[in-house]
This record gives sequence, structure tokens and C-alpha cells, in this order.
Amino acid sequence: MEMINLTIDNKKIQVEKGTSLLDAAKTVGINIPTLCYLHLHDLDITNKPAGCRICVVEVKGRRNLAPACVTECTEGMEVNTHNIRVLNARKTVMELILSDHPTDCLVCAKSGNCELQSLAHELGIRKLHYQGEQSHYREDTSPAIIRDVDKCIMCRRCEMMCNDVQTVGVLSAVNRGFMSVVAPAFEMNLDHSVCTYCGQCVAVCPTGALTEVDHTNSVIRALADPSKTVIVQTAPAVRAALGEEFGMEPGTLVTGKLVAALRRLGFDYVFDTDFAADLTIMEEGTELLDRLNRHLSGDKDVKLPILTSCCPGWVNFFEHQFPEMRDIPSTARSPQQMFGSIAKTYFADKLGIKRENMVVVSIMPCLAKKYECARDEFKVDGNPDVDFAVSTRELANLIKQSNIDFNSLDDDDFDRPLGESTGAGVIFGVTGGVIEAATRTAYEVFTGKKLEKVEFQQLRGMEWVRSATVDFDGLPIKIGIAHGLGNARKLLEDVRDGKADFHAIEIMACPGGCIGGGGQPLHHGDSSILKARTAAIYREDESKVIRKSHENPFIIQLYEEFLGKPCSHKSHQLLHTHYFDKSKAVEIE
Amino acid sequence: MASINIKLNDQKIAQLQAICKEFNNDKGELINVLHKAQHLFGYLPAEVQEVIAKELNTSVAHVYGVVSFYSFFTMTPKGEYPISICMGTACYVRGAEKVLDEFKRILKVKVGETTGDGKFSLSCLRCVGACGLAPVVMVGEKVYGRVAPDGVKDILDEYLKQ
Repeated sequence: MEMINLTIDNKKIQVEKGTSLLDAAKTVGINIPTLCYLHLHDLDITNKPAGCRICVVEVKGRRNLAPACVTECTEGMEVNTHNIRVLNARKTVMELILSDHPTDCLVCAKSGNCELQSLAHELGIRKLHYQGEQSHYREDTSPAIIRDVDKCIMCRRCEMMCNDVQTVGVLSAVNRGFMSVVAPAFEMNLDHSVCTYCGQCVAVCPTGALTEVDHTNSVIRALADPSKTVIVQTAPAVRAALGEEFGMEPGTLVTGKLVAALRRLGFDYVFDTDFAADLTIMEEGTELLDRLNRHLSGDKDVKLPILTSCCPGWVNFFEHQFPEMRDIPSTARSPQQMFGSIAKTYFADKLGIKRENMVVVSIMPCLAKKYECARDEFKVDGNPDVDFAVSTRELANLIKQSNIDFNSLDDDDFDRPLGESTGAGVIFGVTGGVIEAATRTAYEVFTGKKLEKVEFQQLRGMEWVRSATVDFDGLPIKIGIAHGLGNARKLLEDVRDGKADFHAIEIMACPGGCIGGGGQPLHHGDSSILKARTAAIYREDESKVIRKSHENPFIIQLYEEFLGKPCSHKSHQLLHTHYFDKSKAVEIE
Repeated sequence: MASINIKLNDQKIAQLQAICKEFNNDKGELINVLHKAQHLFGYLPAEVQEVIAKELNTSVAHVYGVVSFYSFFTMTPKGEYPISICMGTACYVRGAEKVLDEFKRILKVKVGETTGDGKFSLSCLRCVGACGLAPVVMVGEKVYGRVAPDGVKDILDEYLKQ
């Protein structure tokens, strides 16, 4: 490896050829401020259009200041990152950005969590010297995401996520000069585009330009209504991330505190989406085994591989982009929807209340869940199975608004019956987890043997596309895994073109799986946070006494009392769904 | 954006596909494809952009990004008589802006727009290489030199009579 010698702020350093000034400076404790730059190290996601010019530094012998994020170190370079010329330029750039940015920070959804705000503070901006015209665009509200483009600073992180990582292709920089903005084609609203609501644009937006549709007030109103029984379910990935909103180390598990907080908020029953994840395994696993058995017995019409269908971003993606393949995914609804469906039938019956008087709230790491619960096929006479899906971030706000000192809460336990879950349900929150959970059950049902070891290390990891073979007592079962919709696309194209040979494929739309969802506490470009959450999820799995979905006693009870058996007629009615061809649904007005 | 609903017929789609094919369906050739497509249709309505995006395997948002960036590309159909006012340096200093204002006033349209009856569209361009005749106005292929604001009406009348 060729090494380069250079000086940054009078410090002599040696770095590998190809290193940027930004990275080189970091090695000697110099943090050059950035704004548009984003680098998720472990996922190899980078955005560096060098558009904002906040990271400019002075390079001796060079006429202009150089953006540190894209300038490579060269031999003998002498760099100054904070002399008066650099500081003035940096502040001027910042003031110019702010001159076309609303100053309603006090009431902005991103206040306190905004990279632009923090940077203005760090740079010591105390006065806006430039005042002129400001650009105004209409606000765009979709079922999950709000675009307030007045607050866009053209960092283009969202565009990179939407196009390069997710390959959804909704967002692009349009128009020119002062009027340029990131928008969907023809500047239409998101709900007229092929947006999957995965929320990865929201996850990386440094300002309040992209935020989630906030349902906290609806939840507060429901909790205040004495005629309603309000029950809550929490997704697996929430417990591994919520603590971050209260200053805890990334990767801190807060399951017990989460339950305690929900109880204090006034929910009548605090349940767990993990229970429904176990239920998903029963249905999806049975469907997998059914297709597998038919395939093995020579049925040529059977569709293999089976694709998971828990991820609503992924469902939106294939409905828009691969509608001709919509008979391949499992028909099993997502855990969120299975939970809602069971809550408003089985559990409502147990309580002896009408579904109209029950409100189901879900706490999700995901923004697409907001769209999913509003889908018509998940309503009965207009009443949705899940009334409100709120993100991990919204829950944190709700807890803060309700004067709950989260950190000092004593651990509490989920209610029964819909709060009991296994380790298999927990790992739904990470890439590879759904298929591992399915494998634990499918193996035992298929082979009739007990698993010696429930962990399938070959299914874990952060690589974008993974494949593994699991030995089902002599029968090799080939499994594919992809996270990030761009990788899902690759895998799906291979399946379509007959190039991939899998029995089952798991897809999650977000990098890392649900732990990296669009509704999670913001990672601000630090991918070690995602790794810490992943580790936390696996720790939670290990701590569980029961780690296989089919051994969950309350799942067994649910089938005995209510559903009959997996994939029964009743299961199909309540727990399965069908998909739509949405390739033509995008209308141009 | 302009709301124009057109339905592309199969023949037009085939022509568009042929243009894309000419450039090997290479997304790097997007600008060239758009040039030819605009020549074919006179403008680039949303549906045309959708077909191009599909053929070049890129997103419609990206195609629209390029179309909306370059002033040459338009999503509004040009008028029967497209009027272009030169805003090059020579024409500008000799009063092209006043001439443009007069066109805007009489036609009641802004730059880039087309009159309601579809007769005239108004645009600006940079230098037609006839600086000696500044300020210069083009209507279709015909060049008018030394145009003064009070001569604008006469030019328009010429076409209204036709």
C-alpha cells in the first residue's frame, strides 16, 4: 500500500493513498465539520456531492479552498483547517445556506435533532447578514412522510438513498439555480409516485425537510377517551433503540422500561408485536413447508422461492416495480397487521367489546407501517385493524410530553396473552432474523427432530446480499437474504431471470433490517449504532427461555381456541392478504 | 407543472423507442435522447419522459430532473409561431428586454409559455449571430432585426392575418 505524507494543522501524518483530507484529519483528532457528507462505514453508503462547501480547508499552493470530503491527500500537502480565511469562508457558506432556510427552529419537528441547527451553533453563527428572497414550495403530505421542502438544503442525501441504495428512484434534484429542489418526477406528491415509504430519506435528512407524519396527538386523544380500550404493540427493533432518545448508549436494551413507560402512558394493555411475529412464523413457515413439500413431490406449478412479506416497504416495492412476480411472496400479513387482526377479533371477543371501541396503536421502527395500517384491505367496514402506527421517535416524544423519567423506570412485563413471545419473534428486527426464526420452526416441523442449536450464524451478518444452505436432515435448503431495496432488486431480478436457485428469500427494505428503519432514532451517519442495535436484538433472543415460535404457549393456545391450525380457513381470512399491481397506479396530473 | 394529458399512440412510442435504441439505450445519452425526442414531439410531455426513463432504465424523476434543468427542454407545447427574443449581450444593451416586455404585455404570457389559442409561444435565446442587427427577434425561422418595442405589434399582426 502506497503511503502519503502530509501536514494538517502543523501535524505531520502518514495515510494510505486515496484517503480524503476529511478522513486523514480524523486520524489526528481533527474533526472538520461537514453537512451534506454522509458515510455509513459498515454499509458502504456514501454521499459526498461536495455541494455544501462547509468542509472547505486551505491547501498551500492551491488558489481556492478545497472541500475536504472529496479532496484526496497528496504527497507533501500542507493543509490548514481553521485559519481565518477558512473560518470566514465556512461561516459565510453557512450564513448563505441559512439565508434561504426558515428560522422557525422553535417549532420545527427536527429541533434539537437537526444537523443544520447544531452546525450553526458549532460555527458560532449569531447573526444572519444575508437577507433576501426565500424559496417557497408547497408542503407535501403522504400517508407516512411529510416533505417540507422549504427546509431542504440540497445536501442530496435523500436522493442518494432513494436512488443508489434503495433504487426506488422517486427523488431527484429538479429545476435549476435558486429554484432547484429535490422532488419526485413532475414535482408531484409522494403519494402519486412509486415511493415505498421506507423512510430512508427521512433517516438521513439533516434538517426538517423530511419528517414522519406525526400521530402522537391522535394517540393522546384515544387514551383520553373513556369509551375506548386502547392497546399497544411494540415492534422488536424499538426496544433496541428507544434508549438512545434518552441518552443511553446505542445497543442498550430497554424492553422492561419500554413496557413500564407504555403502561404509565395509560394503555389498557401493553402487548408485543413479537407475539405476532411468532404467529407470522406459524403461517409463513407452514406456507413455506407446503410449497416445499409440493415442490418435492413434483408439482411444477408451485412457486419457489417463497419471499417474506413482513416488510411493508418491500411489499410496496414489488407491487410497484415487480407486479408480475406478486404471486411469489408469502401471503402472510406482517406481524403488525396480524396483531391488529387478532386483537380486534380474538382479544376483543375475550374482553367482550366491539372492535369500534378498541384502538390498536403500534410502536414501530418504520414509516411504511403508517401506510400499511391505512391500506383498505386491512380494514373491516372502514375500521382499521391497526389504528395508529407511531415511530420510535414519536414514542420518545410522547414519553417526554407525559413527564415520564424514562431512565429511572423499573422494568415491567408485557401483558398476556398477546405479550408473550419467543427469541424467534425478537430477531425479526434484524436482517436475516425472519428467515432464521422461520428456519428454527420449519426445521423441527419438517424433520420431526429437535434442533441442537437454534442459532444459525450463516444467516447473520451485515453483507447486503447473503446466501446460505441449511441442512434439513439431508435436504439442503437454500436461503437468500437481502437488505436494502437495491439489493432486493438484484436478488429479485436473478429470480425472475432464473439465475437464482433458492427455496426461501428474506427481504428487508432498510439497511440492517428494522433496527435501521426510517422511524428509529437518527443515526446521523454513525453505522456503529446500527451494529450495536443488532447485537442487542441477538442478546434479547439469547435471554429468552423459549426461542422457537411454535413453542410459544400462547400461540399454541390461540390456535387451539380460535384459529384451528396454521393456514386454516380462518387464518387465511384474518392473517393473510393479497397483493396488487401498482405499476400503473401512478397517475400524471 | 403544466397539466397536459396526452395519450401516446403505439406509433409514437415505437418512434421514441427507436430513438433510445439509436443511443444503445444508454442512460449516459439521456440529453441526446431528449433532444431528438423534443424534435419529434415539439416538447417533452410527462408520458414521453416516462417512456424514455423506462427505455434507458433510469427513474422518471431523474429524466424530469434533466428536463427541468435545461431551459432548452420544455414540457409545454410550442405555439404555431414560436417567438424567440435574443438576450445576447449586443441585443440586450440595445433594448431587447423592452422588446420582450412588449411581447409579454401584448400576448399576456411569460417566457416559456404559449398563448391560450396556441398561436404564439415566447422564449429567450442567446445570440443568433446577427449582432449587427441587434436587437434581434426570431419568429419560427424568420429573423427580424433592429426591433423596437413599437414594432412588436406589427410583427404579431403579420401572423395574426395568416
